Amino acid sequence: MQTIDAGDTAWVLISATLVLMMTPALAFFYGGMVRKKNILNTLNLSFIMMALLSVQWVLFGYSLAFGVDVKGLIGGLNYAGLTGVGQIPNETYAPTIPHLAFASFQMMFAIITPALITGAFVERVRFKTFLIFSLLWATFVYDPVAHWVWGDGGILRRTGALDFAGGAVVHITAGFSALAFALVIGSRKGFGKRPFEPHNIPYSVLGAGLLWMGWFGFNGGSSLAANGIAVNALVTTNSAAAAAGVVWMLLSWRDNKPSVLGIVTGAVVGLVAVTPAAGFVTPLSAIVIGGIAAVISYYAIRLRQRLNLDESLDVWGCHGMGGLWGSLATGLFASLAVNDAGANGLFYGNPSQFLIQLLTSVVVAGFAFGVTYILARVLDKLFGLRVSANEEEVGLDLSEHGERAYT
Amino acid sequence: MTKKIEAIIREESLEDVKTALKEIGIVGMNVSEVRGHGRQGGISLAGRSGTYQIDLLPRLQINIILSDHNVEKTIETICKAASTGNIGDGLIFVYPVEEVIRIRTGERGRQALSYPDDIDVRQESLVGNEIG
Repeated sequence: MQTIDAGDTAWVLISATLVLMMTPALAFFYGGMVRKKNILNTLNLSFIMMALLSVQWVLFGYSLAFGVDVKGLIGGLNYAGLTGVGQIPNETYAPTIPHLAFASFQMMFAIITPALITGAFVERVRFKTFLIFSLLWATFVYDPVAHWVWGDGGILRRTGALDFAGGAVVHITAGFSALAFALVIGSRKGFGKRPFEPHNIPYSVLGAGLLWMGWFGFNGGSSLAANGIAVNALVTTNSAAAAAGVVWMLLSWRDNKPSVLGIVTGAVVGLVAVTPAAGFVTPLSAIVIGGIAAVISYYAIRLRQRLNLDESLDVWGCHGMGGLWGSLATGLFASLAVNDAGANGLFYGNPSQFLIQLLTSVVVAGFAFGVTYILARVLDKLFGLRVSANEEEVGLDLSEHGERAYT
Repeated sequence: MTKKIEAIIREESLEDVKTALKEIGIVGMNVSEVRGHGRQGGISLAGRSGTYQIDLLPRLQINIILSDHNVEKTIETICKAASTGNIGDGLIFVYPVEEVIRIRTGERGRQALSYPDDIDVRQESLVGNEIG
């Protein structure tokens, strides 16, 4: 039996705390971009995930993702209720920290991922249906994909796919699910006819700043130890965010003026893109990954606008495309010199890693899109995805929660 | 005859306009925030990716109730203080006012509008001095 390392455990607990903070940070990042009649509802779509999915994770979510493998597709129910998940380390996942520390660190990822999707359907989603959707989505999309990519015996893990902190598991799933949900729920009333001005960009700046900080736990903590890989992940994370923020600023400047909302969005996109790569690439590679991610997402948003699709806060453009690029880039820039538990990428003489990354990304994106599309369709039939036109006009703060944000 | 002046001005002109009005003895006013547009029809703002157009821009509306014979001087003062020479400087409207009542005292008409050191009190004392 391995012994518990105090330093590793402390770092993973701090990281779990940092990742938890990212969900309210995301709430404010999104909240600033909606109209003021929907701010409370938008904040709540993220915040309620901390409550709802923490329960799901303890009851059966963790077990479905990390329980004993069933045919490479899903975890068994042996850890349901966190039975047998205690202070003794799990040799496979994290041999130097209590198994519970690993399970709670992972819980924070399971919470924020469905919160990311909410950007697609803000200002019109029916809260009750949204709660059911999120529970089902966590169970039928997040938990299986986490098992495929990270679970012992998972089908994608067996192919040698690299996903350091969730480029595929978190960002590709959220981004492509957002696209599917937006297609089903349809546009907000008046979309395309009048501008939907962000009501409080300072909230978004605050949220993005806290996301940047929290991402040190997201990526840095994913080494599951207080070691050199954690340090590498922290530096690559910072480098990618920085490069993407600068590149987005320049793109925005070329089109008009250097938009503040644009700059902070760029930083978030850089963080997304480096997520799968953080523990496998050098800081210099991270700058390239972040810089290119900004260009991809900037024009993905433009494309989405041209198509007149109301995927309202660009979850697909930022997380879907940023995550996709990051996963592919891991297959280009990964280096055994950085992390001998990883692999070499195409630029280090191993083109097959790029193909593995491509396969993983396509499978995860397709699965997330497909299941979400079906879930959204079925729930729309059963309960209705949208509030009524009148409730939408009044605003969801009043119509869904009976509260006003600003009095 | 009592009149109401409704002036739509730039937010950044308020301090200049207030100071200029005080100098000529316009003491009472109220100000509200309004949004609107004239012929130029708005501006484009920087979005996350690219730009977007907004048509309603923030302006301030100053309301002043005063006697007929002070209207021209007041209009001149506002125009001078609020003009930048650019599109969007605003507009001034003048309306007749039926009646004015001061809630505290129940005074009506010109009585209700008079303050120490207001435009009319000043002129009267000026006239008085000349005679004296």
